[in-house]
Amino acid sequence: MMPKYIKWSLSLSVLLAILFLVCLISLSIGTMTIPINKLIQILTNQSNSTPYTILMDIRLPRILVGISVGGALSISGVILQALFRNPLVEPYTLGISGGAALGVSLNIVLSLYEYYVLSLPFFGMIGAGCVIIIISSLNISGLVQNVQRLLLIGVMVSYVCNSLFMLIISLSKSEEMHSIMFWTMGSLEEPNQLLIYCLLIVSIMGCLVTFRYSVDLNVLSFGEEDAYHLGVNVQKVRNILLMIASILTGFCVSVAGIIGFVGLVVPHFVRLVLGNDHRIITGASFITGAIFLILCDLLARTVMSPLELPVGIVTGLLGGLIFIYALVYK
Amino acid sequence: MNQNPNMLTVNQLHCLHTSEFQLKNITFQVQTGSCVGIIGPNGSGKTTLLRAITRFLPKESGTILFHNQLIESYHRQVLSQEIAIVLQTNSLDQAITVEEFVLLGRVPYRHPWQFWESEQDILIAETAMTFTQIEHLRHRPVNTLSGGEKQLVRIARALAQSPKLLLLDEPTNHLDIAHQLQILNLLKRLKCEKKMTILVVLHDLNLASEFCDQLILMQNGEIYQKGTAKQVLTYQNIEAVYKTLVVEGENPISKKPHVFLVSKRFDKREKQ
Repeated sequence: MMPKYIKWSLSLSVLLAILFLVCLISLSIGTMTIPINKLIQILTNQSNSTPYTILMDIRLPRILVGISVGGALSISGVILQALFRNPLVEPYTLGISGGAALGVSLNIVLSLYEYYVLSLPFFGMIGAGCVIIIISSLNISGLVQNVQRLLLIGVMVSYVCNSLFMLIISLSKSEEMHSIMFWTMGSLEEPNQLLIYCLLIVSIMGCLVTFRYSVDLNVLSFGEEDAYHLGVNVQKVRNILLMIASILTGFCVSVAGIIGFVGLVVPHFVRLVLGNDHRIITGASFITGAIFLILCDLLARTVMSPLELPVGIVTGLLGGLIFIYALVYK
Repeated sequence: MNQNPNMLTVNQLHCLHTSEFQLKNITFQVQTGSCVGIIGPNGSGKTTLLRAITRFLPKESGTILFHNQLIESYHRQVLSQEIAIVLQTNSLDQAITVEEFVLLGRVPYRHPWQFWESEQDILIAETAMTFTQIEHLRHRPVNTLSGGEKQLVRIARALAQSPKLLLLDEPTNHLDIAHQLQILNLLKRLKCEKKMTILVVLHDLNLASEFCDQLILMQNGEIYQKGTAKQVLTYQNIEAVYKTLVVEGENPISKKPHVFLVSKRFDKREKQ
């Protein structure tokens, strides 16, 4: 029995070490390369030199957003996959990101964020929550029995959200249109510090609460009736976890736009290596998601330098291919 | 000391499953330490009855007493420590190991903030795997097991719940005769060695006759007949419920009632 826990703590330490390393690399590489061995020196000196400004004002916030968004989207994926008993669902494939995007764009058009910046994630959460409620009520009432139908409904929900989203854009003024389009492509750049710190706190809290219910998730992945007979309060756990999934997705989309497939690829990979126990999957997915997104962002920033690609394009390409592979061979 | 020898007393139970199907006027008792079989045609309400006992399906009226207490008075988690159910609906399609799956049987005993199994949990899961003779499978993922092995694993998890009452829904379904016997011998050992009370839904009337102390024959959501195998497995009862022709006999070794199916072309009774 004990080797299991040793294996888990070992893998978490290795993942944390990799995350640290990836953060260092990401801090150092960019339009202006700062050698890794000088990073600490620059950061501790706190001078107002150009490298210090670049690190503190551009790269570090970007990494924090990367950690939060990558981790939070992965946790949403873990939750949805266990509750829907389906390894192919995630916020993007179920149309939850689309719902969140719709909410956020509504907020931008109504210019509500100018009064209170946190209304942006709030609208995102409402949009994500609405889609989750629609899909899970279809799932509970037994209308969506098989994998394919659930995914198809997700795709259709995405289409509907997308059309409404286009409607909002076409009705909006040109400067709003620009900000919406820029945001929707998916980028880890976020100028507002308050949003960044809130996002970081929310995503870590989301991970902790999900871990709190990890044993229930283990049981729920064998079906709700089974969980009921093992004394799990299915309704309560389900509602809490779906709420967390919508909060996390809504927040991520409002800050970073639509970044697809992170919630699919990361838990899939973690399961492959560490097994199906949610007590380890939850934490490991959070860290792996952070690593994955920071790496994707690094790729997006450097591959066509000085031009920066939206990170959503990189995750979409990688994730989409893995998704097709999983759909065909699993 | 418990004055009432019955572990489970179901009285006038009505339960609405779907708008077309319901359990009506179900009354029976299960004695502590006995093995009671529920038989009946497909769709007669056998599984629904098990689900009503575990409160998974809410009842319309009537009472269910467990240890002389209304079953509603039990907390959900406490009830899961007392009653375990082995269902066919659990397809065991996840890639977790047998050992981890059996340990899930300890979930009803954990505190809300307990994430790791205690020494005792591990010991009990170990005992359950030894009892069901699946120790050698402990590191295999459950989704790679054969039908018979899966059934043993499901039972092992139910045993890890350390229940007083074990409910089983068609545990011998889709199994060959050797595995059917293995499962039912296991139930017999549970009854004799662990003094467990067992309520089992069976399709095979002869297996039910061999292994159960009491039988409940169900038809259209009602109890048609209950009692010993000799009282229940008469050709009149079976023909009335199953609409099939049978001949009564007895097992030459155990002397328990045995039912032989009769093909239509050998049926001479109607002509007599």
